[in-house]
Amino acid sequence: MPSTKASPATPAHPQPSLQAGRAVARDSTNYASTLAQKLWDSHVVREGVDEPDLLYVDLHLIHEVTSPQAFEGLRLAGRRVRRPDLTVATMDHNVPTLNIDQPVADPISRKQMEVLAANCAEFGVTLFPMGHRDQGIVHVIGPELGLTQPGMTIVCGDSHTATHGAFGAMAYGIGTSEVEHVLATQTLPQQKPGTMAVTVEGDLPAGVTAKDLILAIIGRIGTGGGIGSVIEYRGDAVRSLSMEGRMTICNMSIEGGARAGLVAPDDTTFAYLEGRRFAPTGAAWEAALDEWRALVTDADATFDKEVAIDAASLVPHVSWGTNPGQVVPIDGRVPSPDDFGDPAEREAAARALTYMGLTAGTPMRDVGVDIVFIGSCTNSRIEDLRAAALVAKGRHVAPGVQALVVPGSMRVKAQAEDEGLDKVFTAAGFEWREAGCSMCLAMNPDKLAPGQRSASTSNRNFEGRQGPGGRTHLVSPAVAAATAVKGTFTTPQELD
Amino acid sequence: MEPVRTITGTAMPLDRSDVDTDQIIPAEWLKRVERTGFGEGLFGAWRKDRTFALNDDRYNDATILVAGPNFGTGSSREHAVWALTDYGFRAVISPRFGDIFRNNSTKAGLVPVQVGAEVGARLLAAVADDPSLEITIEIEKGLVSAPAIGLEASFPMDEFTRHRLLNGLDDIGITLQHAEAIDTFEASRPSWLPTAST
Ligand code: SF4
Repeated sequence: MPSTKASPATPAHPQPSLQAGRAVARDSTNYASTLAQKLWDSHVVREGVDEPDLLYVDLHLIHEVTSPQAFEGLRLAGRRVRRPDLTVATMDHNVPTLNIDQPVADPISRKQMEVLAANCAEFGVTLFPMGHRDQGIVHVIGPELGLTQPGMTIVCGDSHTATHGAFGAMAYGIGTSEVEHVLATQTLPQQKPGTMAVTVEGDLPAGVTAKDLILAIIGRIGTGGGIGSVIEYRGDAVRSLSMEGRMTICNMSIEGGARAGLVAPDDTTFAYLEGRRFAPTGAAWEAALDEWRALVTDADATFDKEVAIDAASLVPHVSWGTNPGQVVPIDGRVPSPDDFGDPAEREAAARALTYMGLTAGTPMRDVGVDIVFIGSCTNSRIEDLRAAALVAKGRHVAPGVQALVVPGSMRVKAQAEDEGLDKVFTAAGFEWREAGCSMCLAMNPDKLAPGQRSASTSNRNFEGRQGPGGRTHLVSPAVAAATAVKGTFTTPQELD
Repeated sequence: MEPVRTITGTAMPLDRSDVDTDQIIPAEWLKRVERTGFGEGLFGAWRKDRTFALNDDRYNDATILVAGPNFGTGSSREHAVWALTDYGFRAVISPRFGDIFRNNSTKAGLVPVQVGAEVGARLLAAVADDPSLEITIEIEKGLVSAPAIGLEASFPMDEFTRHRLLNGLDDIGITLQHAEAIDTFEASRPSWLPTAST
């Protein structure tokens, strides 16, 4: 059946099709299309004429912070959860990472977790509560349980939902009103985003990780560079990354302003998924594979914006300021406000230097840290912990530095312990904690004190993000571990 | 949601770019399970500084916030919008908004007014100069104006959002009118897609 939306020149704004439902998806192979476009088309419940398209949501992840007001809204309106079986809840933002067998000390955190448990019980939603073997950061557990699959639409009341795009799924963060909307209808009215390609060709040099790549990308496009767009990461440097690496990159799409990030699924994706709890099996696996293999951007499709990056030119990066676009190579220096031509950037740089307590021109290598945090939905998966443990092995955390390792999920924790990584960390003076968001946003007891400086594998260096007055520097797990050992910013290659 | 048609009032300047939602409402405020009471936490860290505009009595009655570019980046917390509306703001003017913040705003009746960089800079300066400067935002026409300084500019808004704001419509109610289309779509979903057993 011919599609009415056959204008490859404007992939972001095609003519509306009168077709509804998945039939559109099959049609979309008839014309040049980006992956984002295909994912969109295959989830249109109802094409909007003077209104946004209504998209179906395949998986809705919820957590304790952004859902209570949404459930309350349902109750007030006498509505139910349309598809509790497509809704999965976990506790992550508030959970302590010590003594999780004891009652949570902070009464407001405790209440928020109790409210989530009560809401899930009332509305029939599956919940992985604190202490459960499947509990963890919402963006870590979705993929590891096989709930996150190519071709799906996934939403969550959390901006780092972009993480799941690493599987070739359209995944993005929503606000609480939208959470309520999805609970009630399993759909969302959405304005179609623009498309953007970030293509990274070549080989990443030794010691340069996915985190360095995404920090470099954000440094290049800026915090607003992706606003209004879905970014598809392409090129052989991206293809050669593991799923963990791809998740790190897609995770931080939001730091570049984009609502979602995408990597087309391939054999790496399928190998990761096969055998996971919620992944299809047998004939269903084969049928799924056939559909998943078609989830690529057509050769002649075009993007609204394109950025090309040479992988070979990349080095480990560290952030110096208070937004994730303010990064430098680790062998660089703290910049001066005068280095920026744009007045808003100059002003932001001056403000950031004051907040961060840094002097322009200081080599980043001379900057000392108080705390090292290895964790968050950006870098708390098994591969991240392995990379950090490799550096920690046989070394010791510098005097005066506190180093935390917080696995992304209870499953990651169990696997790391199976591999003996916990022993490596504790022998080296790192603290081995329970799973959760922890010091990524400091809603639990893990916080920076005012003026304390951290090397953190998380995703946001905003003022106060890791505790009021705290100063955050974003780095990769390997750099974080090396920095813990040296006490100042450094790479593993430079340790003894 | 109450209908929003025209907003006329004075404005508070916030001459900073990249104001992220962690600044608008710090994480310690996210532990509440209600939708109200967030105004007290608005710009929680910055307002400790006595020279911060929120502490300047001349802006006490402001209902419009004029900010630098990239307002509302970062986290998806709708609490940021609730903090602004609870405090008494009805619109934010900025040259560029974070996508999720912009979406969240209109769900809660806060109007995101996106203007060109020049108009933004002019308004910031004018409001800093004259706290009594009156600004009018007309949703129907998509116009923002400050007659005293001879400024008038249009701002973009998709028709559906405009319609919802003007009529104070509840999104969920609108979508539920399409229950049949949702049923039809659901019936065609591949069987391998994951479901969580309850
Ligand atoms: S780890 Fe940090 S960024 Fe990720 S979901 Fe938790 S709080 Fe958000």
